Amino acid sequence: MSIGTAVTVAQPPPDPDGTLGVVLDAVGTVSIVLGVVLTLVASVGLLSLPDVLSRMHAATKPQVVGLLLVVLGGALHLRTSVDVWMLVLVGAFQLITAPVTAHVVGRLAHRGEGVRGDLLHVDELVDSPDEADPGPDDAETDGD
Amino acid sequence: MSLPALLDIVLVVALVLLGLSALLVVVRLLRGPSGLDRLIALDVLVAEFLCGIVVYAALTGDSSLVPVVVAISLVGFLGSTTVARFVRRGTGR
Repeated sequence: MSIGTAVTVAQPPPDPDGTLGVVLDAVGTVSIVLGVVLTLVASVGLLSLPDVLSRMHAATKPQVVGLLLVVLGGALHLRTSVDVWMLVLVGAFQLITAPVTAHVVGRLAHRGEGVRGDLLHVDELVDSPDEADPGPDDAETDGD
Repeated sequence: MSLPALLDIVLVVALVLLGLSALLVVVRLLRGPSGLDRLIALDVLVAEFLCGIVVYAALTGDSSLVPVVVAISLVGFLGSTTVARFVRRGTGR
């Protein structure tokens, strides 16, 4: 990763906490603060939005970007190659898994009572009833 | 005040803000009303826990908790998708 190489190039051995280190710390702190503010926004949205779908919107988008920013800031602070790669892994996992969870939750919310129809402009699933498309866990595999 | 000390204070403030947002999420977690709301709230709570660990690591320079972050981010995903499968039975369908 470019961060790791930049540090190894620009950091001679007797200078563990030189100017570059302080600058990287500062940039990392700014990134962490931005991420934490986004997380706070996500929490406020989770608490104040009206139905499951809009709460999920708050819980996926600002939350994921906030976590990515915090992880970036943590990587800029730690600056060891192992730690940086592990934090990259965390960001990648978050980017891969958050849409999956959001998809499952959104589909279930549409089947249940998680969607307030009066707040929707378009409901693209309304023409194809959920019974016609039972999804991955239908009666055969579900057992009930 | 030197810049590194200021940065440390900013990080502590960030931790406090994370705690505040976790408190808001816990309110949603307790209030519900449906299981899906609680599921989303738990997901966000896990992510905020991860953020807290990363900020702690950045604050102390102690990287021994970083593997924990990787593990929790995977387990949290498995947990929420698995719970989502079972929530469906409670929604009356």
